[in-house]
Amino acid sequence: MGSSVENAIEITGVTKTFSGMTQPALDNITANIHKGIITGIVGPDAAGKTTLIRLMTSLLLPTSGEITVLGLNTLKDSDAIHDITGYMPQKFGLYEDLTVIENLNLYGDLQGLKGHEKEEAFEQMLSFTSLKPFTDRLAGKLSGGMKQKLGLACALLSRPKILLLDEPTVGVDPISRRELWKMMKVLLGQGMSIVWSTSYLDEASQCHEVLLLNEGKLLFNGPPSELTKIVDGRVFLLDVPEKGRRTALSNLLNTKGITDGVLQGNKIRIVCKPDFSIQSQEYPWTPAVPRFEDAFVDTLGGGPGGTSLLANSIPKKGKTHIAPIQTEHLTKMFGDFTAASDISFTIRRGEIFGLLGPNGAGKSTTFKMLCGLLQPTKGKALVSGHDLKTATSQARSQIGYMAQKFSLYSDLGVKENLDFFSGVYGLRGNFRKKRIDLMIEIFALESYLSSNSGLLPLGYKQRLALACAVMHDPDVLFLDEPTSGVDPITRREFWTHINGMAEKGITIMVTTHFMEEAEYCDRIALIYQSKNIATGTPDDLKESVKSKDLPNPTLEDAFITLIERSDMHNNEAHV
Amino acid sequence: MNFTNRYIKARRIWYRIQALIMKEILAVWRDPKSRFAMVIPPILQLFIFAHAITLEVNSISLGIYNQDLGWYSHEIIQRIEGAPYFKHVYLLTDPHDVKRLIDTEKAMVTIEFQQDFSRLLAAGKQAQVQVILDGRRSNSAQIVTGYLNQIFQTFNVDILKREGVEVTEPVVVQSRSFFNPNLDYIYFTGPSLVALLSLLIAVTVTSLSVSREREAGTFDQLLVSPLQPWQILVGKAIPALIIGIGEGVFMMFMIITFFDVPFLGSYLLFFVSITIFLSSIVGVGLFISSLSATQQQSLLGTFVFMVPTTMLSGYATPIENMPTWLQPWTNILPMKHFLIIIKGLFLKDMPTSEVLSHSWPMALIAIVTLSLASWMFKRRME
Repeated sequence: MGSSVENAIEITGVTKTFSGMTQPALDNITANIHKGIITGIVGPDAAGKTTLIRLMTSLLLPTSGEITVLGLNTLKDSDAIHDITGYMPQKFGLYEDLTVIENLNLYGDLQGLKGHEKEEAFEQMLSFTSLKPFTDRLAGKLSGGMKQKLGLACALLSRPKILLLDEPTVGVDPISRRELWKMMKVLLGQGMSIVWSTSYLDEASQCHEVLLLNEGKLLFNGPPSELTKIVDGRVFLLDVPEKGRRTALSNLLNTKGITDGVLQGNKIRIVCKPDFSIQSQEYPWTPAVPRFEDAFVDTLGGGPGGTSLLANSIPKKGKTHIAPIQTEHLTKMFGDFTAASDISFTIRRGEIFGLLGPNGAGKSTTFKMLCGLLQPTKGKALVSGHDLKTATSQARSQIGYMAQKFSLYSDLGVKENLDFFSGVYGLRGNFRKKRIDLMIEIFALESYLSSNSGLLPLGYKQRLALACAVMHDPDVLFLDEPTSGVDPITRREFWTHINGMAEKGITIMVTTHFMEEAEYCDRIALIYQSKNIATGTPDDLKESVKSKDLPNPTLEDAFITLIERSDMHNNEAHV
Repeated sequence: MNFTNRYIKARRIWYRIQALIMKEILAVWRDPKSRFAMVIPPILQLFIFAHAITLEVNSISLGIYNQDLGWYSHEIIQRIEGAPYFKHVYLLTDPHDVKRLIDTEKAMVTIEFQQDFSRLLAAGKQAQVQVILDGRRSNSAQIVTGYLNQIFQTFNVDILKREGVEVTEPVVVQSRSFFNPNLDYIYFTGPSLVALLSLLIAVTVTSLSVSREREAGTFDQLLVSPLQPWQILVGKAIPALIIGIGEGVFMMFMIITFFDVPFLGSYLLFFVSITIFLSSIVGVGLFISSLSATQQQSLLGTFVFMVPTTMLSGYATPIENMPTWLQPWTNILPMKHFLIIIKGLFLKDMPTSEVLSHSWPMALIAIVTLSLASWMFKRRME
């Protein structure tokens, strides 16, 4: 009749310290993970999520305290634990030069599957992950979502009782995310216990129970609804005029009694302190259903203020007649493959323009053509009237670029990176020194000045990258997934800066996977299968998919519905 | 006005390149792997070449089994013991020890005198000595045979003289090596090492420089910056030149001070020629780098370049020993020309005209490789 333990995993007083770190990675954590449910380990980067999961797999051992997995102690029974757990690390060890089926074969062999049993397991996994049509494709050529599915398939081959997933949805588009969640529900039905770590807070509400971690401490343990309860009645949506919404947000964030605020299309979502009277606000307001993120930010003591020192430090940009960013029938072919086709849009000065789309849809290609990193096959990509591929140094010094993954010199110190980029962008002498000092002050880099930038916590890496991109006061700013993986507080800080800069007349183009981030944009272009399938304000896009089934669509709903429509349209065209 | 404008513009460009050069040198130094590659191999190679690898054979151990009690064998043994090459001379009493000594590699050679050795010689007859050599070390064994032959020969002449026999030696070879009077091996390897190691470091630094940035994603960051492609190229070439020349100077310092190899030529000519030499190498490195997407590919490319460079430049074997059809082709290797120059400058104060006559082929190669690199560089950006 199975074991009498109802807990899948028991964590008792676990502390983990790494040498060279001042704070413990995990600080006296005690929690139980129940059988047969999805438990989310939620928290920003460097909160200790990965450490906790690795401790559960007994790949790491606790400094003090103990963990048992289905009654097995990680200190003593690591082999037995490996037999009953499936573990999918953040970067699953797929061999990119092997095909899907070769990867499966390899992991099947490693787990000792043989003959008939192996065939059966493969068959099951391939249909479960819908990877069947792609068995001969190289793993390196799969999209982010498909890679994760293949990783999952490999981890599931041994039919584990407990599945441990470390940030399976990083870099995965909303559609693939939904698919992964659907797959989890199926696995749950088969009696599996699932531990799922994530920095996407909206995923937390889909878990049955949540361990909320921040800086190694357990902030909350229980059903997510229990946490959101603490902000019940304190979350409101304010209707603000479209023109002044950024200024309004900035003012609201600086208001005492408001702990958090974000843009949501044409509305502002705020979280108030319990004693705050919303009545006093000049904007019309409606109460809103609290989200996990509202409660999380509130638990941490609220978001940053609404004033961007960065934006304050730059002069307002003068008016020009030339569109800051313009594409005309932009097309890029790689051999037979069309990566971007016939993409046209014009971005106004001081506008924040978002490029959205699933992985591999062509948004990076479009982005790169605009930056002059790729030569368009057809059409034009102009920045302030220049083709950046051939533009003069003068023209190129007017743009700022922050790449998708951290791409500063990681062997160089923080100060050396700032020195280098200021030098390359032609800042000199006293002015250069003043700008560098200002960046250090604004982004609180002082205590990291001499450390290698590769060793910084992710939030600081991103801050440094932004600092290097804006130090020379560009007119146009390109941000490729600027807040991927950072905690919600840092993300708010980033957006305070971005909003402030837009108010000063800087034109900003952003690519993102985060729907919350997309909500900040003035306009969004949705790129799918190399085409621009919809352009408009976040509210326009939501409005366009409103239906009886979806009376109140979120931006994610809009994203998915628009893509499904495009698929349907294509199918009809083929028939 | 036009002139000042141009001056300002040029200065602005220079500042940008300067920032890149600073970064490049810092990056090479900060990367533990490349720092290791700069410091350890030169010292190691210097040590190996100077002490371990040498064509001379000395510290030989030798066993002697002497059944003869006469004066003649005694005289030979004394001469052998007195020779500088033989470190250990074992005097054996058991015939089995002869085999054992060779088998266990205790001795490379054994000599056996028969009982009647002295008697035969005293009677004016021919006597024989048995010499057993360790054939497993054939090269050294040959050289040892040479040493022993010399000893026996002088011994022969001496005893003939002693017996009152008139010996005439029609030709006496008195060999003297010019520029390397004592045939010190380090005189040959030292200067070559200056060339080899500065080349190695320059080609590695440059071949990794672009691909490392491609891997880290920082290359895009450079391309969107105001730096023009040619400026990036210059910014990557100059640090490699500086590091390569630095390495050359360091090696030169080491072999002059610690190994007493003289430097007879002009330092100015050294700097001029090594700059031209390394420019051509930097071109090759940058070409490899713009061709490869990863650092691994770069290293493979470097390897492909290094093999012919060491084998065919005259570094490993003399060019005169190569097939005639191959010899002209060695001219496309910059290393060949620079080896001639650097040895000339070290050992015989090579005159300016001769240095220049070996420099212009390198300059030509440099122009070709650098243009190829910049062409490749632009092409890869499409």
